[in-house]
Amino acid sequence: MLSGILIFNQKGENLIFRAFRSDCRPRLADIFRIQVISNPQVRSPILTLGSTTFSHVKHENIYLVAVTKSNANAALVFEFLYRLVMLGKSYFGKLDEEAVKNNFVLIYELLDEILDFGYPQNTDPDTLKMYITTEGVKSAIANSPTDSSRITQQATGAISWRRSDIKYRKNEAFVDVIEDVNLLMSATGTVLRADVNGQIVMRAYLSGTPECKFGLNDRLLLDTGESSSNMNNPGGGNGLSTSKTTRAAAGSVTLEDCQFHQCVKLGRFDADRIISFVPPDGEFELMRYRATENVNLPFKVHPIVREIGTTKVEYSVAIKANYSSKLFATNVVIRIPTPLNTAKTTERTSQGRAKYEPEQNNIVWKIARFSGQSEYVLNAEATLTTMTHQKAWSRPPLSLSFSLLMFTSSGLLVRYLKVFEKNNYSSVKWVRYMTRAGSYEIRF
Amino acid sequence: MSSGGDAKLFARGKVAELRQELNSGGKKDKNYSAKKIALKKIVANMTMSNNDMVALFPDVIGCMNLPSLEIKKMCFLFLVNYSRMKPEVALKALPILVDDMTDNNPLVRALALRTISYVHVREFVEATFQPVKRLMQDNDPYVRKTAAFCVAKLYEHDKKMVENSDLIDRLNRMLKDENPTVVSSVLASLVDIWGRSESISLTIDYVSASKLVSILADCSEWCQTYILEALMAYVPQDSAEALLLAERIAPRLSHSNSAVVLTSCRVILYLMNYIAGEKHITSLCKKLSPPLVTLLSKPPEVQYLALRNAILILQKRPEVLRNDIRVFFCNYNDPIYVKVTKLELMFMLTTKENISVVLAELREYATEIDVHFVRKAVRAIGKLAIKIESAAKQCIETLLELVDAKIPYIVQEATVVIRNIFRKYPNQYESIISHVIRNIDDLDEPEAKAAVIWIIGQYADRIDNSDGLLQDYLATFHDETVEVQLALLTATVKLFIQRPTKGQQLVPQVLKWCTEETDDPDLRDRGYMYWRLLSTDPATAKQIVMGQKPPITAESEKLDPRTLEELCLNVGTLATVYLKPIHQVFRAARPRRLLPSPALQRSPVDDGTGNMLEYNPPTANMASASTSNSGLATIITTGDPVTPVYNGPPPSLPVAPGVNPGTTGPSNMNEAADAADAYFSGIGSQQMASMDLDGTGGGGAPQTQYVVTQNQQQVYQPQLAGGAATGELLLL
Repeated sequence: MLSGILIFNQKGENLIFRAFRSDCRPRLADIFRIQVISNPQVRSPILTLGSTTFSHVKHENIYLVAVTKSNANAALVFEFLYRLVMLGKSYFGKLDEEAVKNNFVLIYELLDEILDFGYPQNTDPDTLKMYITTEGVKSAIANSPTDSSRITQQATGAISWRRSDIKYRKNEAFVDVIEDVNLLMSATGTVLRADVNGQIVMRAYLSGTPECKFGLNDRLLLDTGESSSNMNNPGGGNGLSTSKTTRAAAGSVTLEDCQFHQCVKLGRFDADRIISFVPPDGEFELMRYRATENVNLPFKVHPIVREIGTTKVEYSVAIKANYSSKLFATNVVIRIPTPLNTAKTTERTSQGRAKYEPEQNNIVWKIARFSGQSEYVLNAEATLTTMTHQKAWSRPPLSLSFSLLMFTSSGLLVRYLKVFEKNNYSSVKWVRYMTRAGSYEIRF
Repeated sequence: MSSGGDAKLFARGKVAELRQELNSGGKKDKNYSAKKIALKKIVANMTMSNNDMVALFPDVIGCMNLPSLEIKKMCFLFLVNYSRMKPEVALKALPILVDDMTDNNPLVRALALRTISYVHVREFVEATFQPVKRLMQDNDPYVRKTAAFCVAKLYEHDKKMVENSDLIDRLNRMLKDENPTVVSSVLASLVDIWGRSESISLTIDYVSASKLVSILADCSEWCQTYILEALMAYVPQDSAEALLLAERIAPRLSHSNSAVVLTSCRVILYLMNYIAGEKHITSLCKKLSPPLVTLLSKPPEVQYLALRNAILILQKRPEVLRNDIRVFFCNYNDPIYVKVTKLELMFMLTTKENISVVLAELREYATEIDVHFVRKAVRAIGKLAIKIESAAKQCIETLLELVDAKIPYIVQEATVVIRNIFRKYPNQYESIISHVIRNIDDLDEPEAKAAVIWIIGQYADRIDNSDGLLQDYLATFHDETVEVQLALLTATVKLFIQRPTKGQQLVPQVLKWCTEETDDPDLRDRGYMYWRLLSTDPATAKQIVMGQKPPITAESEKLDPRTLEELCLNVGTLATVYLKPIHQVFRAARPRRLLPSPALQRSPVDDGTGNMLEYNPPTANMASASTSNSGLATIITTGDPVTPVYNGPPPSLPVAPGVNPGTTGPSNMNEAADAADAYFSGIGSQQMASMDLDGTGGGGAPQTQYVVTQNQQQVYQPQLAGGAATGELLLL
């Protein structure tokens, strides 16, 4: 397992060095600095030198590095590094060089707690915050063994993510269904790929130990055994041929796959598709899902881009909102790539503002509010400088970002959220839906 | 939550000043804030490897017993860090730690135990033995799980001492603990010890395995991973038991932690080896697929890992990834390592049915900015032509379109793959020769030059000015790399054989250069070989040089069954990123094999992969060769014995048509012929050179650098061309 955790800033200065095994020598910091930070050739997050492996993630302006010897569980290593980032955010608001320097002692304290001999231990922020705090006030527990026992029970218990003594005057739960819709459209206008990565985030302010049940309009296909493919099934050979029914029964959604927060009883879901759990207090991500069928694309983009000789590119980009006219999207941004040798641009839009951003090689067209069913057009022209070496333009795809409330691309709906608690209190539940652009790319 | 403002303390300090600060404050400083600040500065200097700090050891120990947990923790950190440099000073801290292990606060007991077992000093290790036995039975689960890990730590410090004690037995008994977190910690500790011990074996019977699966749901995500890893030590004796366990583990595939997901995949794939019945296998395979794809919405590093494992699993259980190939299409902003791996998967998943979509996609990639990626896309198109015969024409058309864009590196890459297409489909696509040759002046890389020279030589009789083209290259013969020189030699001989009048002036000149004016042994040897051949028996020479050779295949990237089996037992680990035999990358890793049992479905190594005509892996040499680009890599090993045979009849050159393959067995025959073929086309030595740089040769340095490029299509790495650059890296 992990031999050490190192944190560096972009200059390669070592901000944190914590060894968990004697094979993690101080000079490894120099090796990482030389081999990865100051080596522009490095393109992989994993580097093995001799028997030592450095696995790193970059976050904000720091490198978080795990040192391992031998053949470690790489998934665990990266999950842990990302958990460290999450913990940092939870403790300091964000985890960057400044935050690390401002809290380096606390980070050492955390590392000592969440790793033992390089094995990740309990990393639930709620539990950790019971005894590792930024103010250093709570260290008074050293004198109070009973408090400590409560903490240790919590840290090793079956529901390590929740304290038992939570009380609210008003019991409320907020559910946010957030979908990232991904689109890859070819230059000829065919949809190469369209899918939805959804997440359901919950903010639970519920007293006691509530048992929640959560229902979606998930079409319970008790696995009839088909894979999701609709184009690529050789069929022959093993009798696996596809005959997936595409019955788009109104009001239900096929979830390709789901992943749940630690608190969800997976056995239960596997057996009868019931999502049942005791929630952590406050905000957490209850589940993630993926849907690939009947994806509703909120925007249809039709770009016409013509290269006139080697001196000019003409654009005409039409974008239409495909959702109900009662809804509106906000912060719609369309990024239209321009060639690297663009000298200047002119833009005309029927709505919103367009601006050339030379450092990104983009024309950025922003529409603050985009009502359903409306359609807008941008006409633009980029004038190019002549270059001695004429190189073909790589034409990166046009991309979109937006957010659209009360709409789910997959059609997913929350049918119910039930809360059972021994005190039988009543609780108020709220649901909100939002669809955002994930990677929404249109080639031209 | 307020953010600490410690950044100003993160600065280099002097020992004397810090000592003074540490001892300042006195009685007025009730909360010891002066001491805390001083200690923080010391910790910062420790991080900056300011080893002068070690001089403060006695002062730090002096603070260890102050009634502040925050101070204590900083002192402990200092102790763990510096105890090895000053063991005699560190000893003064020992009584404090021993005392803390009897504190009535469980957090303090655990902290002391955790700390004392980090200290690699004999007295500390010895002093841990008795207390840990007591703390293994502590009434607090948090202390017990700390004690469980402590045994593995002690084992790292001193194997013998642990093996001579009853600690491992005691640890074993803790598996009966009522707390799931403790049980999983015990398992993690046992597996850790097992990984570093020759004498200890770890086996789990069905009842225990079943119990472990039942507590999965009550554990944290990390503990679930430890339990799953330990389950690999269970050897099913019965198909039904294996199936039941696999089905009970399957719900874990929906966990949001990818370590749980991939480790579950590992266990399920492992159990599948012991499960009878196609139906069950199919249904389990279907469960594995969606979670793997879902990991593609995770951060890029996890995506990368999932993709590398998909490559692996696809070879073992092709039915797992019967997905829409389009989920593996690259996003424009994917990091390069993700893109390249997706490309590889796309290549593997391409069939007759989806080739059009894939080609359109690859064409798109070929216009991107990253040169390395573009080259791989072009290479993939060429390899698809070789893999899927019915689509060859379509692939060639795509390649020619790309060539017409006249981007130098695309032209070069395309030239190389077109050469391979000619080798695969002799006499079928000659009509495009003129198209390829049109760009001859754009080629400046040795591999591409060698490729086009091979084409000129092979089709000398169909290219009008073949002699002229060769002559252009021969003009700079002495400046070319050996790879190109070898290609030129062969091509000139081929020209002479096919069009003697045109070649008769060139051949003597080239042979003279190769035999008299070069230092390179291969070039000389081959020159002499041709010379003899041509001068003794031109008819045989023609038969040998222009004879039919077995076509090349594209399936050569499959792992050999033994490596595949081993890697499948390690799904989700670092080795799956490299996709190499594990002991090559991680020498210390304990080998894993499928253990026999009545339920084992097939003998470990006879996997259904078939089609492994490239190599017979077990020899050491071969194993290392297989790390490179397979088909070509074998040349190095089989090519060797071929080279020195130049003055007798060529016994090991079975390339002449009409040799009955049955005599040597098809695999050897093909292998040798392939080798000879490629050898003569002049790429052997280049391959050798790049092999050397890639790692196994290493130039004396025992360390090996692996980056990411294993089991991929042949890579052009400009940084490797220099050689010295990588060499330097290895020295560090």
